[in-house]
Amino acid sequence: MRAAFNIHLADLQQDLFTMAEMVTTAVNKSITALKNRDMEGARQIKSDDIFINNKRWEIEEKCISLIATQQPVATDLRELIAVQNIITELERMGDYASGIAGIVLKLGDVPLVKPLIDIPRMAEMAVEMLNRSLKAYAERDDKSARLICEQDDHIDELYHQVYRELLSIMIENPKTITTSTYLIWVSHNLERIADRVTNICERIIFLVTGEMVENVAKYE
Amino acid sequence: MEPDIVRENNTLKQTTTEHNKSFTDESEIRMQTRNLSVHYGSAIGVQDVTLPVYNNKVTALIGPSGCGKTTYLRALNRMHDLTRGTIVSGEVLLDGKNIYDPSIDPVIIRRRVGMVFQKPTPFPTMSIFDNVVAGLKLVGIRNKNLLNDVNERALRQAALFDEVKDRLDKPATSLSGGQQQRLSIARALAVEPEVLLMDEPTSSLDPQSTNRIEELIHTLKEQVTIIIVTHNMQQAGRVSDQTAFFYVGNLVETGETKTIFTNPKESRTEDYISGRFG
Repeated sequence: MRAAFNIHLADLQQDLFTMAEMVTTAVNKSITALKNRDMEGARQIKSDDIFINNKRWEIEEKCISLIATQQPVATDLRELIAVQNIITELERMGDYASGIAGIVLKLGDVPLVKPLIDIPRMAEMAVEMLNRSLKAYAERDDKSARLICEQDDHIDELYHQVYRELLSIMIENPKTITTSTYLIWVSHNLERIADRVTNICERIIFLVTGEMVENVAKYE
Repeated sequence: MEPDIVRENNTLKQTTTEHNKSFTDESEIRMQTRNLSVHYGSAIGVQDVTLPVYNNKVTALIGPSGCGKTTYLRALNRMHDLTRGTIVSGEVLLDGKNIYDPSIDPVIIRRRVGMVFQKPTPFPTMSIFDNVVAGLKLVGIRNKNLLNDVNERALRQAALFDEVKDRLDKPATSLSGGQQQRLSIARALAVEPEVLLMDEPTSSLDPQSTNRIEELIHTLKEQVTIIIVTHNMQQAGRVSDQTAFFYVGNLVETGETKTIFTNPKESRTEDYISGRFG
């Protein structure tokens, strides 16, 4: 029975990586759509969000089934709890990508008030954090998980920089308020994606050590 | 009592609840073994086990077959005295006194430390009533009122009274397997033990009867300290406060059940409880 359980666990982990790949693609595409003002691409991201949501339910159902039928304990139990939490975080990241796509549609072809430099940089950093967190999960590496959380501070700094810059633009030219606000929303979504990566890292630490830690980067 | 949550090194920890406080409070220890070893001739049954058992808590002994759980359990009320060639060394302290001290009467110890076995053990020729009060009659108690009172109390404690009150004179063997096991528990409780040893008490019972016994254990721990041997990991998780994992005659790890089943320290414990061996 243990061998069968191991197969189910491996299958679950593969599903989680697949879902993470779907989320990463959605985030990258949303920023590309913003840069290229690609309405069709944005609509596609929004409609594809349902696949991420469905994947989450599919994985959660598998977790529930394994808990009910296998009565896992110790690391096995922590693994299933961690997976359930991680997929919730991933699903919300998918929503943020979809939200950015929605903003692309709202912006239409109105010229942007500033060149897109910091926002793509934020997206790049958030996706990199996510990929590193998944590597840490695969390798059961709680030390890396702690380090990844520190990167969240850099994204927070970038977000505040973008926010201040757009605020100045709005004060200087109130006609840009709508467009600037949309860009603040985009950067806020990216900042939240990074926050959710830190939540994933907390779950990895829980999985490996059994410790429930919070806001790792802020306190260490 | 609400648990106190503190942040220590950025880790949220539950600290001094009434529950885990008693696991560190030495005054709460009802029974404990110190360097207890049991040998059958040259074969080692249990080796050097030091384990505290806390007042009004359920302690589960788990481990693969032949790991020494039952051998350990039987040492706690001097059952090995009845087996030739068995040598018990070390100490078994009940309320601080070594039950193997030459001045101690093993019959009194077995009264203070009762035992329930794997299979129901009603005396087949006796009625339900006589089974319950057998221990009292054995020591010469004949007072009818007292026996009636004890019978009702013990059957109620064992959650059996309502099912048998109208047929106390019927043979104990007329009861179902689950009822017979509760009758065995009632008989053990009749002599008012302070500690109850249970050796896989539900292994021969169906899920419904198992559930009744588990609920009973939960209720009984208010009155007696319980030590249970079980092969059922989920049962250990459900009924016990403390779990001790035995392997090849050694105590590998002991701790609060919730810790053992969520984050055991020893890899052998984890491997066993998660079915990797055993």
